[in-house]
Amino acid sequence: MSAARPSMTRRVLKVHLVVVYAFLYVPIAVLVLLSFNRAGLPTVWTGFSLDWYVKLASAGPILSAAKNSIIVAVGATLISTILGTMLAFGLERGRPSGLLEASLVAPMIIPDIVMAIALLTFYTMLQATLGLFTIIIAHAVFNIAFVAAVVRARLKNFDFSLIEASADLGAGPIRTFVRVVLPQILPGVVAAGLLAFTLSFDEFIIAYFTAGPGSASTTLPMQIYAMIRFGVTPEINALATVVLAVSVFALIVAQRLEPRAVR
Amino acid sequence: MTSPRLSRTILMAPGLGWLALFLLVPCLLVFFNAFYERGIYGGVDYDAFTTENFARLIDPLYVEVFLGSARIALITTVLAVLIGYPAAYAITLASPGAQTRLLILAMLPFWTNYLIRTYAWMVLLNRTGLINAGLIDAGVITEPLPLLYNEFAVILGLVYSYVPFVILAAYASLARLDRSLIEASADLGASGARTFLKVVLPLTLPGVAAGSVFVFVLSIGNFITPDLLGGGHVQMLGNLIYDQFLTARDWPFGAALSMLLIAVMMVLLFTQAVVVHRASARSGGRA
Repeated sequence: MSAARPSMTRRVLKVHLVVVYAFLYVPIAVLVLLSFNRAGLPTVWTGFSLDWYVKLASAGPILSAAKNSIIVAVGATLISTILGTMLAFGLERGRPSGLLEASLVAPMIIPDIVMAIALLTFYTMLQATLGLFTIIIAHAVFNIAFVAAVVRARLKNFDFSLIEASADLGAGPIRTFVRVVLPQILPGVVAAGLLAFTLSFDEFIIAYFTAGPGSASTTLPMQIYAMIRFGVTPEINALATVVLAVSVFALIVAQRLEPRAVR
Repeated sequence: MTSPRLSRTILMAPGLGWLALFLLVPCLLVFFNAFYERGIYGGVDYDAFTTENFARLIDPLYVEVFLGSARIALITTVLAVLIGYPAAYAITLASPGAQTRLLILAMLPFWTNYLIRTYAWMVLLNRTGLINAGLIDAGVITEPLPLLYNEFAVILGLVYSYVPFVILAAYASLARLDRSLIEASADLGASGARTFLKVVLPLTLPGVAAGSVFVFVLSIGNFITPDLLGGGHVQMLGNLIYDQFLTARDWPFGAALSMLLIAVMMVLLFTQAVVVHRASARSGGRA
């Protein structure tokens, strides 16, 4: 009896796991599949077609939103990758206090809506002109904390005495960084940058609050939100598929570079 | 030659400065704004100090929304744990290489666009969507079921979004678990179920509880899912905050509501920390 029971439990757990993965992936799979459906109504399969993608490529508002999203994501990624990596170095060279650790977790656990309204309030008080620039600053906030966490994981195995050795041999700080440090941590830094890019590229709530009025600084998620509220269309399916593909590509590359980062 | 302490400070200053200026200061500003009256044309009237915004939180109208969204968040959390914990347990039974792949497969959706994942359910649940069309074709129903724009859809969407999070939290706890404890329990004659209830569950619950707190907070503060899948019929604390800032333009009251959300999170995290502390004290510091 005791021999049969664990295998029974294991089988049930295995089936459960398969069902959970189906639950996670079927909705996305249906969405992607329907983006290639010729018919306008997403219920019956009427043949393969790329019409909806062609439509996307000629839709002005979508293209300008895509351009804005790329500007925001690249900007936020550059700032956060540089500052986050520096931060990670500083933290790993010493013994960070509990307060310091907590202040690095805060940007990742504060509800998005609170960060969004806090930044809107702050920008308004400063009478800052809202736009892509204010979104970039906002996205850098959570991304700095995020990059720092990923790079720190990489630095756990880094031998800091190499820095001293390099200095003893007469290399300046910049030369030491480029020749000794960077080659060792680069995969982690690039992975962190890619993840920061996806986080910013897909972020909606904070962008929505800090973009300001008008369509000049509408990002892709904001555009998608506006379209979704009117209901389900094959065009949104196509757009959603493209956006999903961008994130999944970045995530897979990041995972290859730094296996621990995506978890 | 710079001292290590100085170089550390130089390395950390820009990043920490950024967080202080664009997170700490804005949050403090929101906290202060909660104590003033709203301006005539929106904004904040800094000449009028008041505690009225906090008093309004216990207005029956808002208490009802709060309790309603707490109920939905609680149901979501319980369901997400019931689905996610066994899934994480199943993952730990696989070979080490497969575990990594399975975990990444579970986390991948979590990293993709939240709006799109929510929209995917609009595609499935709408009146002419796949589920209704399938049921009508099969002759089970003649009229489409109202699957979308109700509480059911909101809970489904939230559970869908946050199950990966629970899987990750539960997996992290389960992977840390000392396997020899399970063997010891079996050697002492405990059944699999008894070992699970008496050893595995108590030792992994703290980690799951931490994950659950975030699922609860993310749910109660959500406004996208209630908006898209609830169609305006379901109000969460997140929708209330959204409305105060973008519709009603009562920023001080919105600030007070935000402080309430943060307070809920803090209280739950504190409670969870106490639970962890007790659990580790009981098991002699193992958890």
